[in-house]
Amino acid sequence: MKHLLSVRELDLATAVGILDLAEDMADVATRAVPKLATLRGRTVANLFFEDSTRTRLSFEAAAKRLGADVITFTAKGSSVSKGESLKDTAQTIAAMGIDAVVLRHPASGAARVLADSEWIDAAVVNAGDGTHEHPTQGLLDAYTMRKTLHGDASRGRSLDGLRVTIVGDILHSRVARSNVWLLQTLGASVHLVGPETLLPLGIERWPVSSGTDLDAAIAEGPDVVMMLRVQSERMRAAFFPHEREYARQWGLDDARLARLAPDTMVMHPGPMNRGLEISSAAADSARSVVLDQVTNGVSIRMAVLYLVLSGGAA
Amino acid sequence: MAARTVLQQADITRALTRIAHEILESNQGSSDLILLGIPTRGVLLARRIGAILDELEPGSGTVGELDVTMYRDDLRAQPTRTPSPTRVPVGGIDGKTVVLVDDVLYSGRTIRAALDAINDLGRPRAVRLAVLVDRGHRELPIRADFVGKNLPTAVAERINVKLFETDGEDLVAISESPTSDRDGRA
Repeated sequence: MKHLLSVRELDLATAVGILDLAEDMADVATRAVPKLATLRGRTVANLFFEDSTRTRLSFEAAAKRLGADVITFTAKGSSVSKGESLKDTAQTIAAMGIDAVVLRHPASGAARVLADSEWIDAAVVNAGDGTHEHPTQGLLDAYTMRKTLHGDASRGRSLDGLRVTIVGDILHSRVARSNVWLLQTLGASVHLVGPETLLPLGIERWPVSSGTDLDAAIAEGPDVVMMLRVQSERMRAAFFPHEREYARQWGLDDARLARLAPDTMVMHPGPMNRGLEISSAAADSARSVVLDQVTNGVSIRMAVLYLVLSGGAA
Repeated sequence: MAARTVLQQADITRALTRIAHEILESNQGSSDLILLGIPTRGVLLARRIGAILDELEPGSGTVGELDVTMYRDDLRAQPTRTPSPTRVPVGGIDGKTVVLVDDVLYSGRTIRAALDAINDLGRPRAVRLAVLVDRGHRELPIRADFVGKNLPTAVAERINVKLFETDGEDLVAISESPTSDRDGRA
């Protein structure tokens, strides 16, 4: 694998292979010395043109656990605020000699542009591009679902027959997009729920069902309920009248939590707006696997970095 | 490409039985003994030796798997390798005698990687090495404690180990191969 730009590039065998590899990476964390020297001497540059806590830290932890060196760039406090372009920033970093770029950018398709360009010849890992994709989040969500269902017997399995409901701001969510495509590849069925204004145009061409009624979706008894963050920073118009109305209609509140089956997984990619899309009780309930998602994120990112960096000329 | 069979099924079984006896003898019994097979065929051989040990001294055949992919020194010279799982027996390896098991001992680089991997797992009392075939051409100061068969070879030759579990038959063959990789494996 040269780059990871989109989960749509992954076929079933490759996707399951990445999840299996992440199992091995998770085992490393349980060892006396939870660090490998596999990527020793290789340098990973985290290029973050957008705010992020967990993704950046997660990639950094993953690279370090594999023995790679990490340099981190965040747009704030850099020359980007002086007007430097992605091209110039990338070339500057490349001139310092790096082997992989982990890119988070507000423009959809930025990772593809960087990978297809002649600016750098490093491997590119998409860590979120605009409202397009966030492949490692999709992978870690799938991994978390599989691990919660099958535990130590997860290796080699797909998510055949799993029913996943994704709720909230679908329109702005790259997490939802990566989940939709990857879950379809893995054999799960996806139902999207949100206000009419936050369901994207053309959703009927996605391999999903969709609706606006969260209570009806919960009554169907899904295996997984994934709450999305309301992305106020991307909303340039009024998509719903008031936050309280949103919470009432599309928030996972205590009453809705009580109606979920005891083994329903509650997921959230973080950061959570407690009281808006998810109540504190739901976020901290036994059904919640939010912290597992964070832990698994490191294993998934180790697997991806291993795949793009370890091989030589194939 | 002419292949010459050097070990038949009965030879392999005899060699593994002898290795099992030698392990017990050198360990002065079966206490604190762990066999760690190196994927793929080392794991199968470790299981077979473990089964023989279990017959000789019930309960002595503790077997695990040790993947060394992440510790190899040639990762960048090859297409991406897919690691196999590492499974360490319950109780870990601290203070135990670990016997590494592999099919062919050649350059010694796989074993070096295995020693590094063991280092990350804990601190065994001792590490021993059992191989089905030692074909020479070492590149590191490593030798096997238990050898099924010493097989002098030329570098251009290739050792092909087939085991029933993966290949449908038990066989060790030697052949000329212009494209043999440095591991001497298929």
